Amino acid sequence: MDRFNLNSQLEHLQSKYVGTGHADTNKFEWMVNQHRDSYASYIGHHSLISYFAVAQNESISRVKFEFVEKMLQPCGLPVPRDE
Amino acid sequence: MFLYNLTLQPPTTINVAVVGHFSGTKQQEIVVSRVTRLELLKADPNSGKLQTLLTHDAFGIIRSLTPFRLTGSSKDYIIVGSDSGRIVILEYNPIKNKFDKVHQETFGKSGCRRIVPGQYLAVDPKGRSVMIGAIEKQKLVYILNRDSAANLTISSPLEAHKSHTLVHHCIGLDVGYENPVFACLEVDYSDADMDPTGDAFNSTEKVKYHMISSGFPGGNDGPSGVLVCSENFITYKHQRVPELRIPIPRRRNPLEDPSRGLIIVAGVMHKMKGVFFFLLQSEEGDIYKVTLDYEDDRVNAIKIKYFDTVPVAASLCILRAGFLFVAAEFGNHRLYSFTSLGDDNDEPEWSSEDFMDDDKDIPAAVAYFTPRDLQNLERADELESLNPLVDAKVLNLTDDDTPQLYALCGRGAGSTFRILRHGLEISEMAVSELPGNPNAVWTTKLKSDDEFDAYIIVSFVNATLVLSIGETVEEVTDTGFLATTPTLDVHQLGDDALLQIYPQGIRHIRADRRVNEWKTPGNRAIVKAATNKRQVVIALTGGELVYFELDSRGQLNEYQERKEISSNVTCLSVGEVPEGRQRSRFLAVGCDDNAVRILSLDPDNTLEVLSTQGLNAPPQSLSIIEMMDIGTDASHGTLYLNIGLQNGVLLRTVLDTITGSLTDTRQRFLGARPVKLFQVTIQGAPAVLALSSRPWLSYTFQSRLHLTPLSYDMLEYGSNFTSPQVPEGIVAISANTLRIFAVEKLGTVFNQAIIQLNYTPRHFILHSPSRNFVVIESEHNTYSPMEKQRTLQAKINEGKRFDPNLLELSPEIFGLPKAEPGKWASCIRIINPFLGETTSKYEFEENEAAFSITTVNFHGHNNELFLVVGTAKDANLAPRTCSLGYLYVYQFSADGSDLNLLHKTQCDDIPLALLPFQGRLLAGVGKALRIYDLGKRKLLRKCETKAIPNCIVNLHTQGNRIIICDMQESVHYASYRQHDNRIIIFADDTTPRWITSTVMIDYDTIAGADKFGNFFINRLPAETSEEVDEDPTGNKIMYEKGYLMGAPHKVSMILHYHVGDILTSLHRTTLVAGGREILVYTGIMGNIGVFVPFLTREDIDFFQTLEMHMRNEAPPLAGRDHLQYRSFYAPVKSVVDGDLCEQYNLLPMEKKKMIADELDRTPAEIQKKIEDMRVMTAF
Repeated sequence: MDRFNLNSQLEHLQSKYVGTGHADTNKFEWMVNQHRDSYASYIGHHSLISYFAVAQNESISRVKFEFVEKMLQPCGLPVPRDE
Repeated sequence: MFLYNLTLQPPTTINVAVVGHFSGTKQQEIVVSRVTRLELLKADPNSGKLQTLLTHDAFGIIRSLTPFRLTGSSKDYIIVGSDSGRIVILEYNPIKNKFDKVHQETFGKSGCRRIVPGQYLAVDPKGRSVMIGAIEKQKLVYILNRDSAANLTISSPLEAHKSHTLVHHCIGLDVGYENPVFACLEVDYSDADMDPTGDAFNSTEKVKYHMISSGFPGGNDGPSGVLVCSENFITYKHQRVPELRIPIPRRRNPLEDPSRGLIIVAGVMHKMKGVFFFLLQSEEGDIYKVTLDYEDDRVNAIKIKYFDTVPVAASLCILRAGFLFVAAEFGNHRLYSFTSLGDDNDEPEWSSEDFMDDDKDIPAAVAYFTPRDLQNLERADELESLNPLVDAKVLNLTDDDTPQLYALCGRGAGSTFRILRHGLEISEMAVSELPGNPNAVWTTKLKSDDEFDAYIIVSFVNATLVLSIGETVEEVTDTGFLATTPTLDVHQLGDDALLQIYPQGIRHIRADRRVNEWKTPGNRAIVKAATNKRQVVIALTGGELVYFELDSRGQLNEYQERKEISSNVTCLSVGEVPEGRQRSRFLAVGCDDNAVRILSLDPDNTLEVLSTQGLNAPPQSLSIIEMMDIGTDASHGTLYLNIGLQNGVLLRTVLDTITGSLTDTRQRFLGARPVKLFQVTIQGAPAVLALSSRPWLSYTFQSRLHLTPLSYDMLEYGSNFTSPQVPEGIVAISANTLRIFAVEKLGTVFNQAIIQLNYTPRHFILHSPSRNFVVIESEHNTYSPMEKQRTLQAKINEGKRFDPNLLELSPEIFGLPKAEPGKWASCIRIINPFLGETTSKYEFEENEAAFSITTVNFHGHNNELFLVVGTAKDANLAPRTCSLGYLYVYQFSADGSDLNLLHKTQCDDIPLALLPFQGRLLAGVGKALRIYDLGKRKLLRKCETKAIPNCIVNLHTQGNRIIICDMQESVHYASYRQHDNRIIIFADDTTPRWITSTVMIDYDTIAGADKFGNFFINRLPAETSEEVDEDPTGNKIMYEKGYLMGAPHKVSMILHYHVGDILTSLHRTTLVAGGREILVYTGIMGNIGVFVPFLTREDIDFFQTLEMHMRNEAPPLAGRDHLQYRSFYAPVKSVVDGDLCEQYNLLPMEKKKMIADELDRTPAEIQKKIEDMRVMTAF
């Protein structure tokens, strides 16, 4: 009974929470999600972004800007899926 | 172990600042987020000083703030976006001086997540709706309105989600009363994610917009639209209108790299009387003024010109009173006043019309300006900020009562070395020498309604000197005061009379210079006296009290009976006459039988003893004073009796205004000398100056009582002082000098002495024989002096000409020119903290950067202390690599003010950790741990282990045990086997931790902190510890099998706590004389705090229960759950949050009562316990 339901629940989760895995998640996708989550967390924590900015000798705004830029493609070009 | 966390100094950084009419009056206020705290500031339009009205700990991360005003209203609300997964709307309540939570709506999970809104906030300028956005995908819009009772209402959220998009920024557009429009800068990544060829990525990448500055006024006021800032360009955009673009002007500098983009980091729009302009700030700190050329709603051109240079801001705020508030990203925050709007200077201006021709391809570097000193702004005030606090040490070098904190702060050329002393900063107005050593000093007005004091009266052993206060302070003789005798007390009496009490009598000097004298009976002398405006009490030798009161005709009448006291009177005090009353009802008498008695001055039972308090030492001084703390309602304070004891202790007791009974005694040790008390006025409120071996001030600030030392010399006697030049000051005696000073910056915990540095400081160390500090500074992305010369020379050789003045810009203001990544500038500096100056400085050349420092006493070198500095050549940040590492060994000169290079030793990685170890050097070089000995030509490698996973950042040792901290993998315990010269790792941690700083608490225990703001304590089980030490051959631990892919034994975590700031240093020390040992920490955001170990099980239970009640009764302001916040990454363990417990004092009385009932105590007992926790160990 639950099997059908489970699938739809999973689909709901996947659409609601970006980055929820599925059976076909490959290493690259997983990695991309990890990186995007991390960058978002760095941007949100002011102490952490200050830490990066001090190390790099850049302004906090510049570091934030670069992190959002990096979220676009954090792990380089996507790997073609083998069908 | 069970710890109690207390903040000594809250974070000093500001991540957002907004301006608005938060009290609903004409005056504008600034609300700043100090990340975990919300603070309300006011800029005084006359003096241009910033004043803190309120600060409140939010126990969460505030990420965005915006003011919000409903149409037609005159009061701004504050909307807070945080890590709580909630939107919170606050209102400032000026009467109670607190933030009231108006709405709190939950929309998602807590934490700083990718798709949970909180990062961005945008409001409709007409006050109809607010949008809260996440970095990716989610945006919610709430419609705000008012109900029939004019209360703010909030709708359920409208979703504006867009999958696969990253958001750089969003704002609300001013569209008048049309439907609200929000502008968001988004990047769609769905194509880039799908396309393995990279074409999609490249096309997305084409224009890197990153910020929208606030939108233009719309409707009738302007053309509407937004300014979008991208690297090198500013673009005007609006719906259905062609865009306009101008380049961001760049600094004319021969060293600048034209290929490096320039971005705008902050901006503010200001609108006044139909005109408006933008101030935009670049990442170099230059402010540009951007104006618009438009007709109706058609924009013809945007224009830009250089305005001024100020520190790089997290937020800029313009106040209508003509101020610019710069909330700096790093370093001190500043308030500037506008001297002009930069309209009519000869700065070049660029217009978008000049760049219209070919659509997209304007070269980046076309507009250049010459930076200069401030022309349009003038500095009005400064808020000190330690952010970023890179490293600190707690030492007592000056042999004061409390140790000082030596801190490395700042980034880049604005870096500083700061000496923090616990105490209020004073500003000294005058010091004048007197003919002898005086005993006492008073000031007095002539009439009760005078604004300023007229005389300073100084009493010597056998004479009294009267000085008149005017433009200058001069001696006067015709005042009616008796000059040939010492004086005991002086007071302004009644409406216009003066009173002098001297050992043989009382002189009542009337306004017309008539003098009424009262002589002491027989041979008895007056020993002590206490007065106020209407009452006089004197104590005669032998312990007799005589009481006088002023009648309606201005006559001083003696009360018919005298009071015999069985022992000698040591001090007296009557309080001030309360508003609208005839007299103060209480007299406090301190006697040498170690007791203080409260006597009634009521006509019904005059001089009757109401209550007595026994003391553990004879009292020296008394002061009855009403303090405006939050005890009862706002108009009345609490009546306190302050008792200064001869053993240096100050007692503060609540004096019941009806019965005269004494309750709720708090005590505090002030210093080694008897405590003398004087009543003064601070910010219009009564305060007590307490003088012991150092001066202290007990005052009210933000409805809270503070007792803080003054950073000043030892004083003998003090009095209030007001004059036209010094509206609120203190006059005091120190040896044979008269000092006049004022106390400002109330509420600050530390006062700072600042020494300027050149580059970002990394670490420092004390050279204990000379008490000098050695600081290493290194800066990424910067030219070293030699590299700079070389680059300039190359440009000159290329035939380029430049103005040499361009290189003369002061780096503290303008920063150092950026080189390319991978270039380093670095130096070693010796600082004499007593003189506050740099005694010598050595720059590293050849692209080297210093990362670690220590002093080593190499064996066989007669206790000579050597300095070892670890550097890396061509260091790269990510991945962390270098071409070579070096260990420099220096000898100190005889006076410790200079260095002499002995030799340098190559190594293969960056040495990040150095430690003296058994007369040798222990060095963490990358992942290798080595022991070096001092050789003639270089350091000699004696022993090595490479069993550390990533990179060693911190080392500790005790005996043969070494604790090694890894950059990612927490702590490792190792043992050094002397006989076979090996380092063997026998225990490690099960949790990965990105260690920032650690301190060894005892042989088996280490406290540390990680990059995510967690604090933890790890302990090696006792049996493992013994087993390892008792293994004589060392074979057992050597051949033991690893466990869980690591060392054979594991340490256990005994304590965990999320501090909310990255801790940069940890110290085990004491902060108060005679206090117990505590842990002191400093955080990168400028946080300074302590962890205090509990002594008894009862205290733990008490504070845990109190904390639990506080979580329920005072949920954090930004909507974060307190328990969840303190358990951000791992559940909080064995730590009570003292900051939350201290918020108990802010609760309304009924809640205090309720919690107190639950704990079977009275509110006063709870408050005392909370206060004791702080004052017994810290300040």
